[in-house]
Amino acid sequence: MEKKWEELTPGEKQEELFNRWLSPKDPQGNDLKFQSPQAEKAYKERVTRIKDAIQLKKLPDRVPVFPMLSFFPAYYAGYTPQEIMYDYDKLAKAHKKYVLDFEPDVNPGIGIPTPGRVFDILDYKLYAWPGHGVSPNSTYQCLEKEYMMADEYDTLIRDPNYFFTTTYFPRIFGELEGFKMLPNLANVQEMPFVGPNLVPFGLPPVQEAYKALLDAGAEALKWAGAVGAFGNEMAALGFPGGAGGFTKVPFDTLGDTLRGTRGIMIDIYRQPDKILEAMEALTPVMIDMGVSATQMAGNPLVMIPLHKGADGFLSDAQFKKFYWPCFKKLLMGLINEGCVPLPFVEGSYNTRLEIIRDIPKGSTFWTFDATDMAKAKKALGGIACIGGNVPTDLLSVGTPSQVKDYVKNLIDTCGKGGGYAVANGVAADDIKPENMKAMIDFTKEYGVYKK
Amino acid sequence: MAGNLVNALADLKEEEAIKIVKDRLNANEDPLKILGDARKGMEIVGKRFADSEYFIPDLVYSGEILKVVSELVKPKMTKEADSKKLGKIVFGTVAGDIHDIGKDIVVFMLDVNGFEVIDLGVDVPVQKFVDKIKETGAPVVGLSGFLTLAFDSMKETIETVKSAGLRDKVKIMIGGGQISEEIKKYTGADAYGKDAMAAVTLAQGWIGGK
Repeated sequence: MEKKWEELTPGEKQEELFNRWLSPKDPQGNDLKFQSPQAEKAYKERVTRIKDAIQLKKLPDRVPVFPMLSFFPAYYAGYTPQEIMYDYDKLAKAHKKYVLDFEPDVNPGIGIPTPGRVFDILDYKLYAWPGHGVSPNSTYQCLEKEYMMADEYDTLIRDPNYFFTTTYFPRIFGELEGFKMLPNLANVQEMPFVGPNLVPFGLPPVQEAYKALLDAGAEALKWAGAVGAFGNEMAALGFPGGAGGFTKVPFDTLGDTLRGTRGIMIDIYRQPDKILEAMEALTPVMIDMGVSATQMAGNPLVMIPLHKGADGFLSDAQFKKFYWPCFKKLLMGLINEGCVPLPFVEGSYNTRLEIIRDIPKGSTFWTFDATDMAKAKKALGGIACIGGNVPTDLLSVGTPSQVKDYVKNLIDTCGKGGGYAVANGVAADDIKPENMKAMIDFTKEYGVYKK
Repeated sequence: MAGNLVNALADLKEEEAIKIVKDRLNANEDPLKILGDARKGMEIVGKRFADSEYFIPDLVYSGEILKVVSELVKPKMTKEADSKKLGKIVFGTVAGDIHDIGKDIVVFMLDVNGFEVIDLGVDVPVQKFVDKIKETGAPVVGLSGFLTLAFDSMKETIETVKSAGLRDKVKIMIGGGQISEEIKKYTGADAYGKDAMAAVTLAQGWIGGK
């Protein structure tokens, strides 16, 4: 690179990240060895197809197919969600079977099922997971509660990191109770300040908490090794990874797992300014989360699951005041670092389309669940890549021919001129494999652009 | 007396509502009459939600104001409110699914529209639905579910209701995240509702009250 990263324009940064995605590295930092010239060709074609659909500069060779997965590979391979959360061999095996049998344009990676043992070790309270609060054959589910109280906004705003460590962690991790006693490490500035601030680390509850954290860390590292190895193996076989990182919209960060739905909805009335201030404090954290992950992964896509801004959840005025401003700051913060935000729009966004159009062209990729796709194309065509909307009910109980009809209609409606990818509306669990296959195969057959 | 409790509640004016309630209690007014007005205010909230004038934050906040009002009024009550309810509805999120936000909204809307809702909570075992139907004689059952895994739970629940010999005694509605007409057919339910208002309309059609 001639110019330093800081000197590049957002567009140049995006191009650079796409180039890194196109030329994957092995763990030693050397060029990844593809399994065959065909695999290398297929890999580059797949990344280029997605890149062209996103950038809106060139028409892709065909409509990309970008399936969204939850535990589908486990169900498909005959494992329970519990098995793949605890056995990383089965985890990799299930996902490999999925990728090789279905040949989607992206491999989903194996990060989504998450390592069960880590949660056991830490006594995680925020979710129920297979075998802990839900059956081994169920997926993990969030246990909504107020994990941040109504009067704790100022503590969060002053120092999100310290709040998370000393207030939030002891609530969501039973084994990290001792973290309540931790000092603020920003206090440690000069020699005389070191001793007093280190005292808490000698206290038994803090030492117990760290022991648990070290054990959990060791397990997480083991899991990460499996995740990395799987990504490399799939890339070598020609299947690029789906997303480089994750982040969340500040309103959802607050509303999902800190204040909870009820809490944040009441705060809209009782302490609206605190919400706005807290979101400002969280926005840089949320931007960094996405940016640092894409830099590590060498893949510009940052998935952002959207929750509480959907149609019906907020009025137009509430959306414009509470949801969109920091959402837009998040998008711009990511785009300025070359990332491609991939908002995963749960529920529907029909009333938000005119608002979200206000973004730079060719730098985002939106996947929709129940949004009217004709309206989405009309609003975002020429501005952003869109996808999604193949319904889960259809994939679960419909037939392959119904799926094909649905996908045909979507491609006819949204595919014209590029900027479109076929995807299912919400992350797939135990849908019918033949319907997944129909969605993927039909896109490959019908979605070819005639140049 | 300053202000009108019905409007204060309907317009989500918490402080005003609390002040009115306190004033009326100090004037030794019948607590049941105060609660009755609060109820009327909630009915208007429900209507505004149905008309897309109000959204989820507004609904949640109205529930919060009602809670505060009820806490003020309850200590002064000498007898229970004799609520004339339209009919009973057994409601719950099906086995394996622990999502409650959508369910709570539907229960709230059914309640403000005059139905007596027996809310069984989340992750409700199949047999519990059957037992409650028998116990209450409710003519309507509502099954909620957010996950796609709920499709099979709903199907199983409805089959169990059937094998308990209760299927022709109840109308069953389903709803939640990915529920559709297709899933209605798959599970054997009588109807599916796209949103909370659809549930009210269905209940009114089956029980009456419109």
